[in-house]
Amino acid sequence: MLLIYCPYCEEERPELEFRHAGEAHIARPENIAGISDEAFERYFFIRSNPKGIAYERWRHIHGCARFFNAARDTVSDRFLATYRTGEPKPRLEGEGQ
Amino acid sequence: MAGAFRLPAAGRLDAGRTLRFTFDGVSHTGLAGDTLASALLANGVHLVGRSFKYHRPRGILAAGAEEPNALVGIHRDAARRTPNVRATVQELYDGLNAVSQNRWPSLSFDVGALNDLAAPFFSAGFYYKTFMWPRAAWERLYEPVIRRAAGLGVAPDQPDPDNYSNRFAHCDVLVVGAGPAGLAAALAAAEAGARVILADEQPQPGGSLRFESGAVIDGKPGWEWAQETVARLAAKDNVRILTRTTGFGYYAHNMVALAERLTDHLAAPDAQAPRERLWQVRAGRVVLATGAIERHMVFPGNDRPGIMLAAAGRTYLNHYGVAVGRRVAVYTACDSAYAAALDLKKQGIAVPVLVDARQAPQGGLVEQAREAGIEVLAGHAVTGTRGRLRLSAIEVVPVAGGPQRRVEADALLTSAGWTPAVHLFSQSRGKLAYDAGTGRFLPGTHAQNAVCVGACNGTTDLGMVVEEALHAGAEAAGQTGAQARGATARPEARSPEGWSAGIAGPAPGAEAGKGGKAFVDFQNDVTAKDIAQAVREGMRSIEHVKRFTTTGMATDQGKTSNLHALAIAARMLDKPVPEVGLTTFRPPYTPVTFGALVGHGRGALFEPTRRTPIHAWAEAHGAVFEDVGQWKRAWYFPKDGEDMHAAVARECRTVRQAAGIFDASTLGKIEVVGPDAARFMELMYTNPWARLEVGRCRYGIMLREDGFIYDDGVVGRLAEDRFHVTTTTGGAPRVLHHMEDYLQTEFPHLKVWLTSTTEQWAVIAVQGPRARDIVAPLVEGVDLSDAAMPHMSVRTCRVCGVPARLFRISFTGERGFEINVPADHGLAVWEAVWAQGERHGAVAYGTETMHVLRAEKGFIIVGQDTDGTVTPDDAGLAWAIGKKKTDFVGIRGLRRTDLVAPGRRQLIGLKTLDPSIVLEEGAQIVADPNQKVPMKMLGFVTSAYWSENCGHSIALALVEDGRARMGERLYVPMPDGTIEVEVTSTVFFDEKGERVHG
Ligand SMILES: [Zn+2]
Repeated sequence: MLLIYCPYCEEERPELEFRHAGEAHIARPENIAGISDEAFERYFFIRSNPKGIAYERWRHIHGCARFFNAARDTVSDRFLATYRTGEPKPRLEGEGQ
Repeated sequence: MAGAFRLPAAGRLDAGRTLRFTFDGVSHTGLAGDTLASALLANGVHLVGRSFKYHRPRGILAAGAEEPNALVGIHRDAARRTPNVRATVQELYDGLNAVSQNRWPSLSFDVGALNDLAAPFFSAGFYYKTFMWPRAAWERLYEPVIRRAAGLGVAPDQPDPDNYSNRFAHCDVLVVGAGPAGLAAALAAAEAGARVILADEQPQPGGSLRFESGAVIDGKPGWEWAQETVARLAAKDNVRILTRTTGFGYYAHNMVALAERLTDHLAAPDAQAPRERLWQVRAGRVVLATGAIERHMVFPGNDRPGIMLAAAGRTYLNHYGVAVGRRVAVYTACDSAYAAALDLKKQGIAVPVLVDARQAPQGGLVEQAREAGIEVLAGHAVTGTRGRLRLSAIEVVPVAGGPQRRVEADALLTSAGWTPAVHLFSQSRGKLAYDAGTGRFLPGTHAQNAVCVGACNGTTDLGMVVEEALHAGAEAAGQTGAQARGATARPEARSPEGWSAGIAGPAPGAEAGKGGKAFVDFQNDVTAKDIAQAVREGMRSIEHVKRFTTTGMATDQGKTSNLHALAIAARMLDKPVPEVGLTTFRPPYTPVTFGALVGHGRGALFEPTRRTPIHAWAEAHGAVFEDVGQWKRAWYFPKDGEDMHAAVARECRTVRQAAGIFDASTLGKIEVVGPDAARFMELMYTNPWARLEVGRCRYGIMLREDGFIYDDGVVGRLAEDRFHVTTTTGGAPRVLHHMEDYLQTEFPHLKVWLTSTTEQWAVIAVQGPRARDIVAPLVEGVDLSDAAMPHMSVRTCRVCGVPARLFRISFTGERGFEINVPADHGLAVWEAVWAQGERHGAVAYGTETMHVLRAEKGFIIVGQDTDGTVTPDDAGLAWAIGKKKTDFVGIRGLRRTDLVAPGRRQLIGLKTLDPSIVLEEGAQIVADPNQKVPMKMLGFVTSAYWSENCGHSIALALVEDGRARMGERLYVPMPDGTIEVEVTSTVFFDEKGERVHG
C-alpha cells in the first residue's frame, strides 16, 4: 500500500485514505461555452498517460477532503512530490526512469 | 517406536510423545514435532499423490514450503476440508486425517495413469492445439473432462466456519526468515535498540541449521545456538517473534504482508480463535534472510517416489530422526549433498553409491565421503530408475560413455545446487543480477529500503553469512535512529559446507528422452523435452515458454524448477540465461488462504448496512426490504397474505384515492451555504437559480462536462445564501465529490461550503389527496393553504414540536409533503404522522409503489431511465436548461455534434396492445419484427410496471426519434413471442398535472 503525503495535513498517510482524481494541470477553459470542438476534445478527452512522471490529482477524501496534486513515477510507482492545488508543477530533473 | 523408519539415536523429537493420524484411512503413529511428511516417511510411506497431468505416482520431494508433489487434503470436519496442503508444511496433531488427491479409484491403482500412456496427447501446448474446434465442445466436453482428469484437490463445498484476523504493525527493522542469517541480523538490530519483528515460516526458527550438522556458532552446535538466540530475542521488549508466519508479499513503501498460521497445527483448536492472522507490516528497513531452495537433478525417471532433495533427506534424518530409506543413493552436482551422504552413513544407513555429475569433484567433503567408504562415482550420470510405486534401483553410466550399471536403492537424494530465494526481493522491485560464475540470479539494485543477507544474497559460507547478517542488522538499527541497549553479541560461525556451484538443466549424460521422462516441474508435469519443444515451436522468452508449457505455474510457482526451465531454454536458443529472461515473481510466495486476506470482512461485515431511523417501524409492520446500494429500504408492505403484486396494487390505489406515507430518508442531501451559494448552484446545475425565491423549490439537473445527465433532485432555497439540495439515493457521495472538485479546483474564488446531511435528516413523504389533512395537525406556524404554500415550496418550521423543513413537493403527482426532521426524531414523527394517516385511510408504501407512481407520471430515475449517455433533451427535460445561462458544467458538452444530431434516442412511453402484458426492463425494441437477424434495434425499455391506477401496463423506453413516433406501432421481440406496443407520452396518469395542486 502506498504512503501519500498530504500537503494540507502535512502528513504521510496510507493510500486507503485517498482517492485518485485524474490528470492534473488541466484547467477548465475560461469561456468554455465558446470553445471549438478541438479545444473541447483537448480539454475533456485527451490525457497524456506517460511512462515516467505523471502529474495527477488526488483527494484526501477520508482525511481533510482536499484535492491536491502529485508527481508520480508510473514505472516505479513512487511519489516524487505532492503539492497544493494551484501551485506550479515542481521541477523533477533526472527522475522518472 | 513411531514408525519403522524412525531412528532411536537421531533427530530432536521426543520419542515418548506419540500422535495418531490417518492417511487415506490407514492409521499411523508419529511424534509431536513431526510434519505429516516426516511422519509418513517414518512409517515408510513415500507414495502420497498422483501427478497433475499424467497421474504418475509421486512421493515427497522436499522438507519445506517448496514441495511440489506431496499435496494432500486435510479433513477436520464437513466444512473444514483444506485441499492442496503441503505435507511437508502441515504439522502433525493427534487425530489428523489426511487424504491423497487426484487419484481414482485409489492411490496405488489409478485409472488416470492411462494419461501417462497417452502422453504424446498431453505434450506442451496441448491445450492450445488439441482442443481448437469446435468451440462448443470446449464447454461441454473438453474442459469438464480435462478438469476431472488433470486437477489438484477439491475445494470444500461449505462456507469456511473459521475466523481470521488482521493486524497492522510498524517496526524499525523487519527480518524475514529466521535461519542463521535472520537470527544474527535480528540479534544485532535488537541489541542496537531497534524495534524488531522477526518472522519465520517454521514452527521453530533455525532454518538450515535444522539439517546442517556440522555448523558451529558461538562455540555451540548451530541448532542449539539458534534456540538460545530465539530465547534471548524473545526476552527483549523491543522484539516480536512470529513463527509459522510466511512473508508472502512485498509491497510499496516497505509494506510486507505476513500470513501467520495459528491453529492448523492444533488437534482441537478453539473454534472462536482465529485460524490465521494477516499482518501488514510497515518497516523502516527490511532485512531479507529468506535462504535458498535446493534444485533437483533433471534425469529420466526422476519423479519416482523415494527420490527427494538431498537437504530434505538430511532434514528428515537430523531433525525428525527418520531414515528416508534403507539403501539411500545420492546423485549430485554440488558439494552439499556429500554432507547428506555422510550424515546417513553415520546413522548406519547404507549409501550404496554417490553419483557426481562433475568429472573431478574435490574438497573436504569429497575426501570425507571417500574416507567413510562411500563409493563416489565422479563423472557419472543416472539415466533411469526402476520401481513401480517406489524406487527400487537406479541405472548409472559414465558421462563419457561406457557400460551401464544398476544399483539397488530404495531412496535417492539429489542436488543440482541451490537457488537463492529472491522472491521477496524481486517483489520489492529490486533488480536481479545474473552471476554467470555461479549460475545464479542474485539481488542487485534495491528499489526499497532493504538488504539481503545469507543464502538469498548468494553468501554460502556460514561464517560470512553470520558476519554479513550482524553487520546488516546493526546498520539497519542505526539507520532507523535506534539507541543501543545492552551488550552487543558478535558470535563467530563456521561450517564445513559450502552451498555454491551446481548445474541447471538436465544433468550431463542424462539428457531427456532416453530412459523416460525427465521432469523439470513436478507439479505441472513438465519435462525437459516439453521445454525444448516449446522453444522449437517458436517460444523465445521464458514468459512464453511458461505459458506454453505451464512450467512454474500452480501452487509452488516453480520454486524447484524455474532455473532448470530457463537453462534448457537458454541452451536451446544458444543465448545467455539473462537474455531469455526470468519470469516475474509475484505475490504470494506460498499460497495464502482467502480467509486470511478477507479477515473479518465477510457476511454481515462485508460492507456496512445502512438503515433509516424508521427501519424498525417498517420491520414491525411486515415490510419486505430491498437492497438499494448499502441501504435497506422498505419495498412493499404486504397485508393478510398478499403477494407482492396485490400489495403494490393496493398501495398504488390508496395513495391516489386517499394518501400514502413513505420513508424517503435515504434521499441524498447536501447543504450548500455561503454568500456565493446561488452562483455556485448556477454552475453545478443546468437550471437558473439566481431568481429562485427563498421558500421555493426547483427540480435541478446536474450534468458532467460531457453533457450527459449525472444526477437530479429537488432543491429548496431556505435563505439567500442557503440551499437544501437533494440527490438520488445512490448518488449523494459522488455528487458531493463532484461539487467539491469544482469548488476546490475550478471555482475556488466562490465562498461556498458544502456539507453532507443525508443522515442528519429523516424524510417522511406524505402523498395523496388527504396529505394536507394528515400533516396539518402536526405542523406549527405554517399556513398550508395552496395559496400560501403552493406546490414546490419549502418552510422552516416545527413538526410535532421538532425543528423541521417542510417541503411541498411530489414524486407521485399527488398533492404531497416531505417532512424533514432531525434523524433522532424520525421515528417519533413518523409514528405521529402514521396515527394521523390511519384516520384518513392512508397506507404506508414502499419503494415499488414509489416507482410505479412516478412512472405513471413519467418522472425519470437517473440510472434507470438514464445510463450515462442521455442528455436532458433525450430525457424530455430540455425545459430545465437555463436558456440564458452562459456557463454551467456541461454547457459545452451539450453542444457537441453528436449530442445535437437528429436520430438520438428519446424517452417515450409505451403501451402494450395487450394491456395485461408487462414488458421486461432492458428488452429491445424494433420497427419490423420480421426482419432478418441481426435486427435493427431502435432502443430499449428502461422501466415497466403494471399500473393499477391506469388499468394497464406502462413502460418508459429510450427509442430513436421517439418523440416523432407518437402513436406508432413498434415491436418487442422476446424468446417466447413478439409483443406489440404503441408509442405514447411518458405521462400516463393525470396528463394535465392538476392533482399536484390539490
Ligand atoms: Zn489531508
